Amino acid sequence: MATINDILERPREAEGVPPPSKLHDWLVTVDHKRLGILYIATSLAFLAVAGLQAALMRAQLAFPNGKVLSPEVFNRLLTVHGTAMVFLVGMPFFAGMANYLVPLMIGARDMAFPRLNAFGYWIYLFGGLLLYFSYIAGEGLAGHGTAPDVGWFAYAPLTERAFSRGTSTDYWILSIVLSGIGSTASAINVIATVISMRCKRMTLGRMPLFVWLLLVVSGMVIFALPPLTAAQIMLLLDRYLGAHFFDTQAGGSAILWQHFFWIFGHPEVYILMLPGFACASEIIPVFSRKPMFGRAAMIGATIAIGLLGVSVWAHHMFSVGMAATSNIFFAVSTMLVGVPTGIKIFNWLATMYGGKIRFGTPMMFCVAFLFQFLIAGLTGIMLAVAPLNWQLTDSYFVVAHFHYVLFGALLFTLFGAIYYWFPKVTGRMLSERLGKWHFWLVLIGFHMTFDPLHFAGMLGMPRRIYTYAAGRGWEGVNLLASIGVIFQIAGVACLVWNIVRSARHGAQAGKDPWDAWTLEWSTSSPPPEYNFAVLPEVRSSRPLWDLKHPEDPDWKYE
Amino acid sequence: MWCLWTAVAFGQGDHPVGNIFNPQATPAESIAHLSVLVLSVCGAIFLIVGGLLAFTLVRFRDRGNDGHEPAQVYGSNRIEVAWTVIPFLIVFVLSMATARVVIAIQNKAVPPHALQVTVIGHQWWWEIRYPELAIVTANELHIPVSSLAKPAPAFLKLQSADVAHSFWVPQLAGKTDLIPNRTNTMWIDPRQTGTFLGNCAEYCGTQHANMLLRVVVQPEAEFNSWVAAEKAIAVDSGAALFFSLSCVNCHAVSGTSATGTFGPDLSHLMSRATLGSGAIANTPETLRAWVKDPQAIKPGNLMPNMQLNVRELDAVVSYLSSLK
Repeated sequence: MATINDILERPREAEGVPPPSKLHDWLVTVDHKRLGILYIATSLAFLAVAGLQAALMRAQLAFPNGKVLSPEVFNRLLTVHGTAMVFLVGMPFFAGMANYLVPLMIGARDMAFPRLNAFGYWIYLFGGLLLYFSYIAGEGLAGHGTAPDVGWFAYAPLTERAFSRGTSTDYWILSIVLSGIGSTASAINVIATVISMRCKRMTLGRMPLFVWLLLVVSGMVIFALPPLTAAQIMLLLDRYLGAHFFDTQAGGSAILWQHFFWIFGHPEVYILMLPGFACASEIIPVFSRKPMFGRAAMIGATIAIGLLGVSVWAHHMFSVGMAATSNIFFAVSTMLVGVPTGIKIFNWLATMYGGKIRFGTPMMFCVAFLFQFLIAGLTGIMLAVAPLNWQLTDSYFVVAHFHYVLFGALLFTLFGAIYYWFPKVTGRMLSERLGKWHFWLVLIGFHMTFDPLHFAGMLGMPRRIYTYAAGRGWEGVNLLASIGVIFQIAGVACLVWNIVRSARHGAQAGKDPWDAWTLEWSTSSPPPEYNFAVLPEVRSSRPLWDLKHPEDPDWKYE
Repeated sequence: MWCLWTAVAFGQGDHPVGNIFNPQATPAESIAHLSVLVLSVCGAIFLIVGGLLAFTLVRFRDRGNDGHEPAQVYGSNRIEVAWTVIPFLIVFVLSMATARVVIAIQNKAVPPHALQVTVIGHQWWWEIRYPELAIVTANELHIPVSSLAKPAPAFLKLQSADVAHSFWVPQLAGKTDLIPNRTNTMWIDPRQTGTFLGNCAEYCGTQHANMLLRVVVQPEAEFNSWVAAEKAIAVDSGAALFFSLSCVNCHAVSGTSATGTFGPDLSHLMSRATLGSGAIANTPETLRAWVKDPQAIKPGNLMPNMQLNVRELDAVVSYLSSLK
């Protein structure tokens, strides 16, 4: 006789239907937790592939006049590495974290649109596979393949048919259009979920900062993706239907592409980075044993970044010959957006100050994030000063700057987030010992690679060159940078081994291994499919703190 | 010293290292001075914030001696205001300094008899034209040296025949892009003689890495004799075979029927330090190797292997060797 439990847990078995296979479950799931895991696992797989592509590039650049790779292969690597890291690793990381954690953190049972969620994941996956398929399509393995080689921002008119024969640019366009649909779907889902599905008495002001940051990111995605998609469609029209938007040989404008691209491209880098802030804003308070210092200021600063971030795009175009007034405007707006970003660093610092800092692996990654993001922000200010930008743009200084942001800040918080939430997702702890090895190896490798590259830029080394001559002052820094890759690979290998081992043999995590304060830690690990048997009711932004400390609850002070 | 030796050995001239903090012309100098302010401000911020962070990590680590949570501090409006206002002031100061340098560099007035040069970017070489002097050359920009007492700035018009490129000689000025269907301008007034090395700094396709640029700064007298030599028509009686081959479809030699514009102008080829925009040094052996098979030296560049036989190769190389 089927009990109510049987029907809830295994409805089809209760009716006498045989259980579907695990693979089938994963393929048809609309459960936000499973889709979140699929997003994160897929983005980590692309991270590994694109990372190895970069390792090959560094092998070619270790010595002057390198003969490891031909210019064609190198130029394809740099294009696919950049495109994959931004669209197939960074943005899906946002989608994955949001889809898994937002419903749990706001006390909901799923996202507002579960089927849209699934659609978004699968179209992202196929878009990503289309990009890599370009390596073997077209001329096929006998030739060089037709992977795109126009750089990840694909400036016109290099992308026009006259200069990019074959179909490589078309693979770049179509794979991004497809995966962009996935990101937009997640953004719409997050906004709808946050607006309409918060649990009882969770006002917007009581939402975890993680949710706030992802809400703002979602707004930026909806703003930023359309100009990119529009520009890509215009490029397709140029390439196949005789349009001349960017076709300078027929009077089109190369600069028009740059404006469209960077109106997407600058909010995009905030879209990439803010989910990292979201993770740090959850981990740092818990490991400092204090609430976030200045919650309202953090929320305000996030909104300011979202709004100001759409007014700075032409700082990527300081050298195209805009008028002095335009250059000055964008220099000032770029420096201004540094103010709310700096405020965030100060607030994280103030959260730790006066606390009792525990140096578990998630926190170690967040501490490194703070130092590295500070440096990244300061090199960003240097780049905002337009005349200095005229020297440093399109050089290895910029490469070093944005890798400090995307690797030193974003990837480090991603690593921290994996150690922090893996117990919740799988029910087992990751090994702290392997975690420390992972941390120190990537820390050393990251700095060995990217610190010297700042100097390469200041010594005149432009970016996107497949080789360089001796005697320019670039040999030493490039060799050092290439050696750093070895440490990074070793560190990531520790992570992979940690995940594989701990998934089966890790210590049992229980509901709340970190003694944290947000709603996801009130469920079992992993959470049941329905998340909460009874939807919660909250009185403050730290509902579990209130439960654990009834004599000193947050709602007395908020 | 080893750097200098390698530099000279590779024909890289006396200024191969493009250190932005070793400026040799006014635009690069204004930028270097501004960078001192910017680096000081950023350095100070790093030391203060980084120092506080390091202090916090040590002072407030959990020593595990009691089971109590620390005081739960939620924030402070006064502190938030303070660390909003101070960054705003810093931004204000940096903005003023930035605006001053932008205007000084971009809106410089052109003196009436300044040297005017038009630089046209191609995939993967530089076409250089002196319209008032009726000279056309490639890959090496010759200009007379300037000084504080007797300034002689050169004003460059930047255009492109195909895709976007960028002119960057770090010791002389910041970079300015060469964008098709658009004319950009910049100026330089180098105060040291010698050859300054630069690179194309906007990804422009397969051989972007080998699109090097040489700015050859000469004392005035030497520059004037260079101009005179460039103006001389380059002709040789052994040219008959050269003109019967398809070289003339792409290359120009002044005073002859060769008026092709797809490849570099060859009128004074022998006066240049390198071939292929810096791909190899210019010697009799390398010239022969280049004409025999340019793809072996700079693969993917737009000069095909013309499959010349030995007789044709001899004739073409002997003719080119006469183009001083």
